[in-house]
Amino acid sequence: MTFALQFLIDVLSLGGAYALMALGLVIVYGILRLVNFAYGELIMVTGYALFLAGGTGLPWLVMAAMAILVAVATGILTEYVAFRPVRAKSVTAVLITSFAFSTLLQNAALLFISPRPRNVPLPPIFSQTVEIAGVVTPMRNLLTIAAAAILLAVFAFLMRRTVLGVAMRAAASNFTMARMLGVPANLVITSAFAISGLLAGVVGILWIGRIGTVVPGIGMEPLLVAFIATVIGGMRSLSGAVLGGFLLAFIDTTLNYTLAQDLLKFRDAFTFGLVILILLWRPQGLLKGPATGQRT
Amino acid sequence: MLEVKDLEVRYGAIRAVRGVSMKAEAGQLVALLGANGAGKSSTLMCVAGALRAAAGSIRLMGEDVTSARPEAMVRKGVATVTETRDVFPDLTVSENLLLGSYVHRHDRAGVAADRERMLQLFPRLGERAGQAAGTLSGGEQQMLVIARAMMTRPKLLLLDEPSLGLAPAIVDQIFEMIRVLKSSGLTIVLVEQNVSKALQLADTAYVMRLGRIAAAGTAAEIAATTDLGALYLGG
Repeated sequence: MTFALQFLIDVLSLGGAYALMALGLVIVYGILRLVNFAYGELIMVTGYALFLAGGTGLPWLVMAAMAILVAVATGILTEYVAFRPVRAKSVTAVLITSFAFSTLLQNAALLFISPRPRNVPLPPIFSQTVEIAGVVTPMRNLLTIAAAAILLAVFAFLMRRTVLGVAMRAAASNFTMARMLGVPANLVITSAFAISGLLAGVVGILWIGRIGTVVPGIGMEPLLVAFIATVIGGMRSLSGAVLGGFLLAFIDTTLNYTLAQDLLKFRDAFTFGLVILILLWRPQGLLKGPATGQRT
Repeated sequence: MLEVKDLEVRYGAIRAVRGVSMKAEAGQLVALLGANGAGKSSTLMCVAGALRAAAGSIRLMGEDVTSARPEAMVRKGVATVTETRDVFPDLTVSENLLLGSYVHRHDRAGVAADRERMLQLFPRLGERAGQAAGTLSGGEQQMLVIARAMMTRPKLLLLDEPSLGLAPAIVDQIFEMIRVLKSSGLTIVLVEQNVSKALQLADTAYVMRLGRIAAAGTAAEIAATTDLGALYLGG
């Protein structure tokens, strides 16, 4: 029983973080059919914004909110700098500009801050533990679960109950038709990048909260996780991304618990092996997205 | 209402539309006929703003709209029903209709009234309001895209092959809807393979062949002078 609860908390907290990461990536992919490779840098930027805010002496929540806002702004900036100028040109061009922007941001962090890890300010709650029914777990795991639950609920509400959300789902299914009904292309795309930035900002704080420091390459793992989760779940489906995130967390956690000590360092190899099996079984991912749609 | 002059549309090196000129007066139904690949849909999509004109001009109520984007054309009163019946398959019927009113979304009472009117015209859509649009039959999807286009409150409706692939009984229903819409004063440009039905409703007609206008006249003239069978064999 205790073990089951422990396992559940681990899966839900890791899965919550993975699901948010995947959602941030897939919201842009759904509309532009393009993986934003600068996505990991949104998480990095959040970390450095929090690090820089550390000197201001403001209440932590204000600093965290500022860091998330920086991520949102960087998300929107990505769209203006890397996507909008070349969007109509070719898929390859956008792919390369998104890599370029990612490299640019990472190198800016190397050059202007430091290649070495920097401590970010974190409130004590991130290092406290709590006991629930005999299970001792870090408080930050519960924070992650709560944040994921709230954000997923808000996100679902936004996408189902607001005109902008419905328009974004429509644009993900058939961009040209959505435009022919008057949905402005730029508004939908900018909103997608802003939402992506918001999710990356929140995930960034939770993710960095596990380690306590930020380095220029910190976004690599979340990008990879998000990418794999969306591939498992189905690149075109928002619920698929969430499902993929939780499934990936389930696999990771199961392996953590079951692999022998000297095999643990090969955990990723086992994870990816399973991912390959899932994709052999369902090459489209677990959930199919909208049936039609074309690039614009 | 609509005046297209010397329009050209290109897909790479292929010239799909080669100097098309046509007119639609307010309240008229203009039929655009011709074989597959004659350039009818390309002409229509260019007017809708979804394709860029390589040359020529498009004027809507005197205003030059040649390079307007699709989202701008809707605001100017042009609604489009595409040949591929582009419902948003994962969205419900209600959500599809809601998107039709995107431009008027701040006028909630007006949108509700529009929706009510559309559900009266297409009662089937009301029965299926909560259902995903992708699960509707072909005829129902056609009704949905026409209703969705009407939610934009158009002055000019562009209809691309509304009867394509539908059962004869449904085709009759769809043409009846088009007649009702026309009698409400709406200007319509209709691309249609069902030539005889289209000419019954049309005021004027254009026949396209290999990207050009091959014949133009009143619907009666076109019906009398053109070999309609040969039209669809590309003759």
